[in-house]
Amino acid sequence: MIPELGLYCLILAFCLSIAQGTLPMAGSYINSARWLRLAVPLSLISCLLIAASFAVLVYCFVIDDFSVQYVATNSNTQLPLQYKISATWGAHEGSLLLWLLVLSVWSAVFSLRSRALPIILRARILSVLGLIASGFGAFTLFTSNPFTRNLPFIPGEGSDLNPLLQDFGLVIHPPMLYCGYVGFAVPFAFAIAALLEKDSAARASVSNEWTRWVRPWVNTAWSFLTIGIALGSWWAYYELGWGGWWFWDPVENASFMPWLAGTALLHSLAASDKRQLFSSWTLLLAIFAFSLSLLGTFLVRSGVLTSVHAFASDPTRGFFILIFLAVVVGGSLTLFAFRAPTEPSSGYRFFSREMFVLLNSCFMAVMLAIVCLGTLYPLIADAMNWGKISVGPPYFNRFFLPVMGAVLLLLPIGINLQWSDSQPVRKLLIARIKPALIAGIIAPLLLLALSVPFSALALLGAWLGVWVIASTLLDLQHKLRNAFSIQQGLKSLRPAYWGMCIAHIGLAVSAMGIAFTSLASEQRDLRLAPGESAEVAGYIFNFQQIQNAMGPNYSAQHGIFYVRAPNTDIRTLQPEKRQYMASGKVLTEAAIWPGFGRDIYVSLGEALQPELGDASAWSVRLHVKPAVRWIWLGAILMALGATLSVFDKRYRNKYKNS
Amino acid sequence: MRRLKLFLPLIVFAILAVFLMRGLKLDPSAMPSALLDKPWPVFSLPTLESGEVVSEKNLRGQKALVNVWATWCVTCRVEHPFLMQLSKNGVLIIGLNYKDKNNEAQRWLQEKGNPFHFTISDADGKLGMDLGVFGAPETYFVDTQGIIRYKYIGDLNERVWNDSLKAVWDKL
Repeated sequence: MIPELGLYCLILAFCLSIAQGTLPMAGSYINSARWLRLAVPLSLISCLLIAASFAVLVYCFVIDDFSVQYVATNSNTQLPLQYKISATWGAHEGSLLLWLLVLSVWSAVFSLRSRALPIILRARILSVLGLIASGFGAFTLFTSNPFTRNLPFIPGEGSDLNPLLQDFGLVIHPPMLYCGYVGFAVPFAFAIAALLEKDSAARASVSNEWTRWVRPWVNTAWSFLTIGIALGSWWAYYELGWGGWWFWDPVENASFMPWLAGTALLHSLAASDKRQLFSSWTLLLAIFAFSLSLLGTFLVRSGVLTSVHAFASDPTRGFFILIFLAVVVGGSLTLFAFRAPTEPSSGYRFFSREMFVLLNSCFMAVMLAIVCLGTLYPLIADAMNWGKISVGPPYFNRFFLPVMGAVLLLLPIGINLQWSDSQPVRKLLIARIKPALIAGIIAPLLLLALSVPFSALALLGAWLGVWVIASTLLDLQHKLRNAFSIQQGLKSLRPAYWGMCIAHIGLAVSAMGIAFTSLASEQRDLRLAPGESAEVAGYIFNFQQIQNAMGPNYSAQHGIFYVRAPNTDIRTLQPEKRQYMASGKVLTEAAIWPGFGRDIYVSLGEALQPELGDASAWSVRLHVKPAVRWIWLGAILMALGATLSVFDKRYRNKYKNS
Repeated sequence: MRRLKLFLPLIVFAILAVFLMRGLKLDPSAMPSALLDKPWPVFSLPTLESGEVVSEKNLRGQKALVNVWATWCVTCRVEHPFLMQLSKNGVLIIGLNYKDKNNEAQRWLQEKGNPFHFTISDADGKLGMDLGVFGAPETYFVDTQGIIRYKYIGDLNERVWNDSLKAVWDKL
């Protein structure tokens, strides 16, 4: 009875989304104020209904209602409570419901916070959000109903949640990622509503006005996406047992592409907002960011690409999302082609901030194209009968990293330029000598401190990172030059400026982390018997013993390693090899000694068989990874910076046209 | 004219959609080798057993299986007894020891028996790269002309051999 209640709420919410997607939109054309006013209550009620439906599914998991098929395939009585709850979004059906929930919460928040918008614009935006929600609602109900029952044969025990997902990182990774994906639906809806304005003068005015309005929404979505991607990378690092943190896997790329488009949008919006520039380009980026989120969903959910993240793949589902994708993306790009403003932007000079925002967009677009091509190339090659191909890290690294290097090189120049004002090249270069020299001095010291071996690439990575940080800090100092005191000066800076500084420093920190980890990680795969020791990068690993241990829903072999650092600090690390009872799946739980400068990482491979000699020898993987934590620390800083900018007073201004 | 430019994103998307559509009908997990029906790539590497240098010419003249294996590969351990059995039944198997340490690999063959006619030692994985090896174990079916006719990913065992691979072998 209870699961049917959840299904009923879902169906009702679906019907209301259809109403939300059509009535206010129609009302905006026939001038029916009553229909226009429906948008807000409809979005609020459907949000409550979807929340109720989601709560019912969580409840089914908590009480182990195995009559619900989705619960039976993804849970188990022995599963700890927190994982029973997170199992709600652990597989296809539930993650779609989560997607819907996040979307409906975003539209509800939007409907509550958009009173200042003109009523027609607001109704149209909510309508577009309603249409997206009804598409996903139909997808959930018709192809992936999470409430399908297993009647009359109710299994006595569920088959358990995939052990890889029984982990804190994966509890919060999908909600964060979805908040990011779905967050781009708001700027998307804004762009569509702006393009729907019939006469071009109104359209131009909306295109100019929407940018300021939408910036906090883009920043928030982008922050969530940044955190979501970083969590995914962190999870892969400690849970997959390979010590890798990014695999250029299709599923990862699927989340990275909207991030790149979102980054370009973020910067382009600044230029559109401050200088009314690039308005069609910004509109296009808003459409792209959300379209790529949808494409990501398609790639992950349809199984057109093989991936280390083996998700449910089903051609019917893939077909459905493809149709949805064609309608949403095809429709909005058609609208864009007919309606986007074509007036050339007022001129801007070469060494101006506008130019560098444009460069940022170009670089992001190039990186996006590289990632997109690499991700889809196997599919294209297969479709063209060029054979089965997989595109691996060498391709991505070769093409992506140089562009990233160029971004870091040019970033400090861009932030130092003024809007609309061109500076003479000579003056510009002289001003950059100081940070370049500072970076030149600090970079080798940094490598020494982290004991990263000197190489041209390591030096270049360190130099680029310090160059960005030093330039940002010098710019901050420059801004404070006229203040009476430092405190007063710091107070006078706006949150948006702080946000920019923090985010740029975050990017530099991530980039250095990536460079140092990739270039200087030491890894050894070897055979160790208890009592034996091995040395990696000055660290002595002493394999003490292996014990049997029991977890709530798994049995484990529990290794004990003493690790001695060069400074004679000693730590015990306890990697595990777990066998989950319900599924019989074996999982490696790596043990990590985290540190700001380096991570020590131990994972157990296989027990080597007696015929090789000593019965208890294991294959063991030992890593020393310098600065790996910087990658995620940088991501946190980037997200923090973008979030801080949301609180800038500038964005709280009333909509001018109202 | 300026308006036409704005259709570009739509056109790109339309092309992409066609590929996605086709992609739905294809099975990405079926992975034949890129070198199918091509001659074995040129190489010159020592054998594991004697250190004598062999090249692609040594693969010609008789049909053979080339089995990619390594001591770090757990599945290879499972596969090994079946390789012993195959070689007893007269199937010529050539080993390709992939990204491995010579002494460990030699010890493995001493302890478990050597089913291989000879074993190519590809310690740095270069030949594996040319072949497009995804991982171990993998087995290539090479005909008398030294041309790759089939590639099988995963462990050879009684079941897959009798179900399908024996037919491929007999046809070579």
